Amino acid sequence: MSTSSPIIEFSKVNKWYGEFHVLRDIDLSVAKGERIVVCGPSGSGKSTLIRCINRLEVHQAGTLTVDGTELTDDVKSIEAVRRQVGMVFQQFNLFPHLTVLENLTLAPMWVGNVPKAEAEERAMQQLKRVRIAEQAHKYPLQLSGGQQQRVAIARSLCLTPKIMLFDEPTSALDPEMINEVLDVMVELANQGITMICVTHEMGFARSVADRVIFMDQGQIVEQNTATEFFANPKNERTQDFLSKILAH
Amino acid sequence: MTNTGYQQHFETIEARRPPVSESGAWAWIQRGFFDGPVNTLLTLVFLGILVWAIPPIFNWTIWYAIPNADNAACRAAHGLGACWGVVAEKGRLILFGRYPFEEQWRPLVASTVLVALLVVSCLRAFWRPALAVAWVVVYAFFFALMFGGFAGLTPVETARWGGLPLTLLLASVSLVVAFPLAILLALGRQSDLPAIRTLCVVFVEFVRGVPLISVLFMASFILPLFMPQGAKIDVLVRVLIGMTLFTAAYLAEVIRGGLQALPKGQVEAAHSLGMSYWQIQRMIVLPQALRLVVPAIVNTFIGAFKDTSLVTIVSLYDLTGAVQLALGDADWRKFFIEGQLFVAAIYFIACFAMSRYSQWLESHLNTGTRRQ
Repeated sequence: MSTSSPIIEFSKVNKWYGEFHVLRDIDLSVAKGERIVVCGPSGSGKSTLIRCINRLEVHQAGTLTVDGTELTDDVKSIEAVRRQVGMVFQQFNLFPHLTVLENLTLAPMWVGNVPKAEAEERAMQQLKRVRIAEQAHKYPLQLSGGQQQRVAIARSLCLTPKIMLFDEPTSALDPEMINEVLDVMVELANQGITMICVTHEMGFARSVADRVIFMDQGQIVEQNTATEFFANPKNERTQDFLSKILAH
Repeated sequence: MTNTGYQQHFETIEARRPPVSESGAWAWIQRGFFDGPVNTLLTLVFLGILVWAIPPIFNWTIWYAIPNADNAACRAAHGLGACWGVVAEKGRLILFGRYPFEEQWRPLVASTVLVALLVVSCLRAFWRPALAVAWVVVYAFFFALMFGGFAGLTPVETARWGGLPLTLLLASVSLVVAFPLAILLALGRQSDLPAIRTLCVVFVEFVRGVPLISVLFMASFILPLFMPQGAKIDVLVRVLIGMTLFTAAYLAEVIRGGLQALPKGQVEAAHSLGMSYWQIQRMIVLPQALRLVVPAIVNTFIGAFKDTSLVTIVSLYDLTGAVQLALGDADWRKFFIEGQLFVAAIYFIACFAMSRYSQWLESHLNTGTRRQ
């Protein structure tokens, strides 16, 4: 692990949905370039955890610092942090009224002030990277789920973020499309970007993750290197969870 | 190997064409009109109604009708045939109301320019910021030409404006100005800021809760009581403001429906790309939300267009007011049905055009929202 200052730092972060205590005293620091997989049963707070990083969710207590900026209500600093953090959603969330290419050039042009021609050139590079350049002029709903998710990954890469967040990126896909998305993610992981990924793809976790985090009931129950995590889970709840998802 | 009883033989089946259905005119008539006893009965009943209704309608509107403004012939044919001469005789009064006769080229030019811009505004290629500027310019032109009082044009006060130009002005202002206002109201109602949200809710609920007639009465009679001495706003302007606010309140609720139908993930994705609130509304939310409610928006527009006829109660002579005025003439009073039909036809053409435009717009804007 790197010794330089962490790029993301949670310190005693808490969050509630009404009365429901969804994040409880979260302490977590992520080093630059680190690849982390977060797993845990549904409702354990793992999605909420990563959605706090780009402030799609607002934490109510504790401090959260991303790339040197503490997340507060200041809109400008939030928008600045979001430019450094790409996010890929379970439901793709491509803009259906825009073509694939327009989906990719929108933020660089309007947020990054990149001229149109340059934005399109960069977009085509990213589309080539996810091996879907030939679909640039189609609309998202004309593509398969796997293709849409690869476009979504390319879109979030267009602002050259320092951090990539993946919120169950393969959960909404048909089984035969999962691998084409995972392949792109593995390639990305090998290029040194900081990556936090909520997923139940344990094969992906084993081959890519520097660290696996297990969450349950709003807490980080256990974290370890991928090899240790799968070979010697310490906590009873981790063992129970792993036995359930690895049973078949 | 033991025989499991499952099918073991496999052969690829080439795609085949679907079975050809019976075609030809007779088959189509049989399927569409005489398909079973109930359908046959309905067809016969409907044919009966046509046979009963068409000849008298044809006789009245065409066969025995008097096409020219011959009062004696019209009186002779009364009850048998329509007197379209009333349109020829009173047409200009119906179309332009009490606007001075020799000056009626002014409302004609002003209306033509207004209609031209309305048509241009319907085309997607022109949906750009310059369009708003064009509207401001055209309205300035419209008012200047109608008012006169410069360059040798006789001044004509708004009380004498009437007929089609007045209807067009009322309708277009209450649509063109109400539309952006409605968008702001709808967004405001979903705002995170309680003050803005409350303001928008109160406005919409209040304006929606009273009849348009009350709004018009308040605009023309009650509002002046609160104005400082000497300050005077033209009754037409007051009515325009009243109608615009009224239409905006209705439209805001229609647009809010579209905003709510948009999946939350769209805004989250835009946020995650670092886009600002107004960028998200302009480029992500509104293009999708408005498209969803095109039929309801046009429905509101059609309603608002026809509601302009209510201004007659505050003594503005729009099309429906002008036709009453025209039929005040004792010689032609008998033929009010023909006059009313003429006006109804104008309204119908405008509303039908809006309806067709709505359908075209829907299919045109649907690019990308369907799998193809």
